[in-house]
Amino acid sequence: MGRKRDILIAALILLALWQAAALLLDSMALPQPWIVLVDIGSRIADGSLLDDLAISTFRALCGIGLALAAAVPLGLAVGAEASLGRRLSPFIYLLYPIPHVVLLPLIIILFGIGNFSKIFLIALIVFFQILVTTRDAARTIHRNYFHAMQTLGATRLQIYRHVILPASLPKILTALRISIGTAVAILFFVESFATTTGLGYIIMDSWGRADYVALYTGISCMALLGFALYLLLDRLERRLCAWTRSN
Amino acid sequence: MIRVDAVSLSFTHEGEVSQVLQGISFAVEDQGSCAIIGPSGCGKTSLLFLLAGLLQPDAGTITIEGRPRTGTILQNYGLFPWKTVIDNIGLGLALKGAPKARIRTRVEGLLAEMGLAGFGRHYPAQLSGGMQQRVAMARALAIEPQILFMDEPLSSLDALSRERLQNLILEVWRDKRITTILVTHSIEEAVYLGRRIIVLSRRPGRILEIVDNPGAGDREYRQTEQFFRHCNQLRRILKEEDDGPQA
Repeated sequence: MGRKRDILIAALILLALWQAAALLLDSMALPQPWIVLVDIGSRIADGSLLDDLAISTFRALCGIGLALAAAVPLGLAVGAEASLGRRLSPFIYLLYPIPHVVLLPLIIILFGIGNFSKIFLIALIVFFQILVTTRDAARTIHRNYFHAMQTLGATRLQIYRHVILPASLPKILTALRISIGTAVAILFFVESFATTTGLGYIIMDSWGRADYVALYTGISCMALLGFALYLLLDRLERRLCAWTRSN
Repeated sequence: MIRVDAVSLSFTHEGEVSQVLQGISFAVEDQGSCAIIGPSGCGKTSLLFLLAGLLQPDAGTITIEGRPRTGTILQNYGLFPWKTVIDNIGLGLALKGAPKARIRTRVEGLLAEMGLAGFGRHYPAQLSGGMQQRVAMARALAIEPQILFMDEPLSSLDALSRERLQNLILEVWRDKRITTILVTHSIEEAVYLGRRIIVLSRRPGRILEIVDNPGAGDREYRQTEQFFRHCNQLRRILKEEDDGPQA
């Protein structure tokens, strides 16, 4: 497929640029990519990287999943039910622009320094991004679709299932795409302290030890994690929104 | 029997009340065909929505004897772009919890009957306007209605597909003995398809005249003198209305 080939070529060009920059700079702070790749390979082979990769993936996925599970039903309802929208939209309006990341101390006081606090912060930030997009998508569905459902004798729940959710899904997935970037960024933030596991910890720890190869191993794995989530989402979109490509 | 008795309807928009329909009374007998025509904005779509139960009148009553099954074809946005042709057609039955096997046989029969064989897995956006209206027709017929409500179903089609679909509507009415109520802004369409033609005034819509048109229902009717006489009669009524009462 042409698209896959193009992505591969772009990846190779980026690696070549990295290689060239590393040779040119000739600094410890920028190791050559093949050294980093070998380091990743050996750490995966001896199993030490797998645990960190797994825990980071787990935290990111749980955070996004939790946010989705809460934001999609709520967003659809707030968008589709006018009275609910009138009551809740002012709260969303006030709470959305807050930089939720500053709530970290509060979250740690409430939930401790374990995994749940980390997942909760990721979920909280992603929640608002998905909520606002979902609400706006559900609010702008043409009313003729509702009329058509009414003439077929649909219940409100059936209208959610056959109209409100599928009509909003393309925009929800777009929100999710943006949220993946956010989730990985917050993941780094929450893994940079009070933990000894995760890719964020590898980055902070090797930075402190001036182990630049390990530092780049952490950075590269974080990038790969984001990329893998992105690919997963692409797959999902192809399955769920085939109709948007039929126009 | 459908009986409309002294029905009025008004909309309130930003505190301003506008009268849409005023003192509408008429009746359509079982297995009859009725066309509703009038200048644009006269409230003919609202009248159809009232009949189909999508709106409630401010005053007057609409009585449909014997709680019949009804099918409705809306002007635009009636089909769901996220559902395939098969799923669109089968939706009415699926919402009523019909067994899958029964839905499948019914949908396959309708695909063949409506000339849609081979297009079942397409999405609406992949079909021409004429074919989309056939899908809408198939979906309305899927639940085997006794009354069929149509809101300008052919207004966006080219002349040729329009004529073909008019013949299809005629066949549906004659062969399946379905009561049909058709809103249209085309004089020829009203005369070809409506044994009873209700002519509405400009907004607020009142009944200007009810024209009995017993010749409708025959495919050769378009070539008869009676057809032209009725067309001219309607043209005269609508033109007088357009010129205003003084002219």
